[in-house]
Amino acid sequence: MALDLFRELGDSVQDSLRALGRYAIFGARLAAETPRALLRFRLVVEQVHNAGALSLVIIMLSGLFVGMVLGLQGFDLLERFGSEESLGSAAALGLLKELGPVVTALLFAGRAGTALASELGLMRATDQISAIEMMAVDPVRRVVMPRFLGGIIAMPLLAAIFSMIGLFGAQLVGVQLMGVDQGQFWSQMRGAVELGDVMEGILKSAVFGVACSLVAVYEGYHSVPTAEGVGRATTRTVVISSVSVLLLDYMLTAVML
Amino acid sequence: MPEQEGRTDSIVRVRGLHYSAGGRDIFAGVDLDFPRGAVTAVMGPSGSGKTTLLRLITGQVRPDRGLVEFDGQDVSKLSRPALYRMRRRMGMLFQNGALLTDLDTYENIAFPLREHARLPERLVRHIVLTKLQAVGLRGAARLMPAELSGGMARRVALARAIVMDPELLVYDEPFVGLDPISMGVVLRLIRRLNDTLGVTSIVVSHDVREITAVADHCHLLSNGRIIASGPPAAVAASAHEDVRQFMHGLPDGPVPFHYPAPDYAEQAREIA
Repeated sequence: MALDLFRELGDSVQDSLRALGRYAIFGARLAAETPRALLRFRLVVEQVHNAGALSLVIIMLSGLFVGMVLGLQGFDLLERFGSEESLGSAAALGLLKELGPVVTALLFAGRAGTALASELGLMRATDQISAIEMMAVDPVRRVVMPRFLGGIIAMPLLAAIFSMIGLFGAQLVGVQLMGVDQGQFWSQMRGAVELGDVMEGILKSAVFGVACSLVAVYEGYHSVPTAEGVGRATTRTVVISSVSVLLLDYMLTAVML
Repeated sequence: MPEQEGRTDSIVRVRGLHYSAGGRDIFAGVDLDFPRGAVTAVMGPSGSGKTTLLRLITGQVRPDRGLVEFDGQDVSKLSRPALYRMRRRMGMLFQNGALLTDLDTYENIAFPLREHARLPERLVRHIVLTKLQAVGLRGAARLMPAELSGGMARRVALARAIVMDPELLVYDEPFVGLDPISMGVVLRLIRRLNDTLGVTSIVVSHDVREITAVADHCHLLSNGRIIASGPPAAVAASAHEDVRQFMHGLPDGPVPFHYPAPDYAEQAREIA
């Protein structure tokens, strides 16, 4: 009984390591293809539009509400210590360093990541990938690379927009609703936020961009070419991306603190 | 010319082909020849490995044993770049057309040209419209794949398959799901393109009547082996029981009507 349990555990660890290895090999291949793919930048721009511009509404809406909640909660907390003027700096640091990159990445995984995975999965299921190979064109180079790079470029831009709209939401609630002084809100923020904080946010969102895009293109490209297979690839994309983002967030925060 | 020395009458040669998938033997020692300039039909019941044969010829899968040769080159031994060079000399029509759904008809046909050659846009336009004219769809150049009927999609895919002027055209079940008019159009195109472009065509199909009307040669696959080869009329006249059942669409024969099951009377008694 116990032996079976250990064996199952061993198998599961082995499977996970094998999957990680496959991800690493695929990721290395994409990294090697990057310079060549950047030469056909028009294809990348198209994918920045697909992954980025088409996610704008959900990112802006979420940013606004997250910022508004941050304004409310922040005001409630800071008021207890009589320092509600610090709301601007608290909201800015929270959004730039943490909420902006993380929530954007989670939303990206749910919106753009699933779209990428299902698109590639359907391309495989409907023989489009095979047709591209039969036309002597490498599908990784022509189809996967622009999508991968498009996701990486889109993520920091989306995170920046999320943080900006979030700040607006926090200001809306803190200043317009709760009566925090407008000048204090912005000047405290300007005083507290340093370039390093902004860079931390950019670095995090870039890393999340690589992780989410890699997961989406890997799962989609390697999906089983059936309706069930594509569905499973889409689900795996959301689950693996979300867990990876949270894990990477902890690791990056621990390193950069 | 030394290159011509090894040139045989067959553009594709298969010898001693063994291939298995999912624990099942798909091919168990198959020998085949596909003569240059001819339309050769590969027929057989569903699951007999017809599409797999095309995938082996085009290097999408590798055989377990045996030789698959395209113009004297062992396909299974080619490196990836060499395989891609070989594929530039082939055109393939997939069962469902496999058009790229994010590109319109025009761009689908221009796709291989844009990927492989840096041609002026005027020349690309000229080539694409010529190919579309050949399949009768010049007027559909700006339609998206979702706006095309099944037959039209198949014809657009055919135009894309010939855009690089290939030497070999392979068709995977080109008549599936087509109405009689579209089927007639595709049939005529297979023959006409083969003759006017001087290519070799391999057509995988189980539509016996249609394909034997245009094919020069037939190969009939069953249970991992070739059970008949030759001109369509000779294959149709074969006395071999398996061949007769397939060619004449007999519901019972070596391929039984009933899926293997326990004795019916015994099972009925058990239920009672």
